[in-house]
Amino acid sequence: MGTIRIGSGAGYSGDRIEPAVELVEKGNIQYLVFECLAERTIAIAQQAKMKDPNIGYDGLLAQRMEAVLISCKAKGIKIITNMGAANPIAGAQKIKEIAQQLGISGLKIAAVTGDDVVEIVRIGDYTILETGESLSTIKDTIVSANAYLGTKPIVEALKNDADVIITGRVADPALFLAPLLYEFHWSDEDWDRMGQGTVIGHLLECAGQITGGYFADPGYKDVDGLARLGFPIAEVQEDGTFMITKVPGSGGKVTLATCKEQLLYEIHNPAAYITPDVVADFTGVTFTQIADNQVQVTGGKGQKKTDFLKASIGYVDSYMGEGQISYAGPGAVNRGKLALEIVEERLKIMDVQYQELKVDLIGINSLHGSKISTTEYEPYEVRARVTGRTQSMKEAIRIGNEVETLYTNGPAGGGGATKSAKQIVAMVSALVPRSLVKYKLHYEVI
Amino acid sequence: MKLREIAHSRTGDKGNISNISVIAHDPSQYLILEKHVTAQKVKEYFSDIVKGDVIRYTLPNIGALNFVLYSALGGGVTRTLSLDAHGKSLSSALMNLEIPMEE
Repeated sequence: MGTIRIGSGAGYSGDRIEPAVELVEKGNIQYLVFECLAERTIAIAQQAKMKDPNIGYDGLLAQRMEAVLISCKAKGIKIITNMGAANPIAGAQKIKEIAQQLGISGLKIAAVTGDDVVEIVRIGDYTILETGESLSTIKDTIVSANAYLGTKPIVEALKNDADVIITGRVADPALFLAPLLYEFHWSDEDWDRMGQGTVIGHLLECAGQITGGYFADPGYKDVDGLARLGFPIAEVQEDGTFMITKVPGSGGKVTLATCKEQLLYEIHNPAAYITPDVVADFTGVTFTQIADNQVQVTGGKGQKKTDFLKASIGYVDSYMGEGQISYAGPGAVNRGKLALEIVEERLKIMDVQYQELKVDLIGINSLHGSKISTTEYEPYEVRARVTGRTQSMKEAIRIGNEVETLYTNGPAGGGGATKSAKQIVAMVSALVPRSLVKYKLHYEVI
Repeated sequence: MKLREIAHSRTGDKGNISNISVIAHDPSQYLILEKHVTAQKVKEYFSDIVKGDVIRYTLPNIGALNFVLYSALGGGVTRTLSLDAHGKSLSSALMNLEIPMEE
């Protein structure tokens, strides 16, 4: 076995699609991974599935598969994705349907289930990691609970010759680590190798974030071609040494700086990055620029995995109402401030029931508060924003209404008012004993 | 001098916790970062935003610091009222931090 090339075809559910097509056509890859499952996505998908049992998988699943499936099948590129969200089995059936429409035959699709642990957390006594409170305090409002599975089900599906593997909640790095375990016959108890493989997955899981996306700062960190950003490829050797690169001629860049930023992205203790497969240690990682857009990576290590899996629990937390309106020209800031004062007073007069209220002037203090948002000049335009947390949709709607009525009742020259109200499905997490979580594979063959 | 002159940065989020990397453009300037960009300084800088502890991890191997900011995202990415729910713009704020010029 020489090297394995894995492409990262999506870094989040709404990501661009054509960079994945470019990887398939020009990337000389053997595996294409789509990571599309943010924390809350699965809870929203679970709500959709409760209304219609045939949905609950990623909304762009069909589009992505239509874009790559024919070429992947022709080139023998295997696809691994967590686009199954709350319903991997329905997702696999959808992929089968698309393959049939495209005239593809001889395709094996594996769906991974078992991450849904709603029944387990409902009957057990678990602690919310974020607050230290008992999970029972939100028991009646839980809509989803999913444990982060590791590499095992994906490796098993690959051993059973699956061409496409669709999962629900799986740790993001596992989507990339699994094909390496399968191809190189690594032991899943070789903790240093599992740690190095986790570095690969971690660097690739956000796709364009390592090839120059989420990076450019003109004059300080310039990046060319962000409108046609190339997504990353890891070329991995049997000993775990790997190189990050991208398709020649695509936009963006792979440098020591882009790699370092991504190594620390969403990391707490870099010596103990806990996944279902290993406790990875990133502190010994070394990057070497070996050519333009080619960075070699060594030094990832690891320690034995823990006895617990993290579960992400979605629950209906509250409702949120929002309104915004803009002011411009001389005195814009003072009119924006007056607008905010008026809305706050109106919410009191009208007795709108809210638990939390935030008032911002976009252009002045909306992102970082007043203390550090300093500027010498008054901006030409500002946008007043009022957001409140409520316990019902009805009250949430009333907040945006009090911003919109500024048109005819508020300061001069208010324009472009918008309002919205939505239910907030929030996430907490808990640790579930590994022994309670059992995965299952389901196959579709055409 | 502004931190931006010698370092670059990226923000990540998990629940109500934000992490901000501070990476030396030139690895030889890492020690300046280690000396002047302390957890205490970052906590004071973000005192309006960060309600919990700030912990600093060092990665001399890549010339970087990693700051973990607890109770930093208005109750968490999925429930905050903040416009920038993920706190993605916090790294840019930190780049505005004033640090002493080295002789």
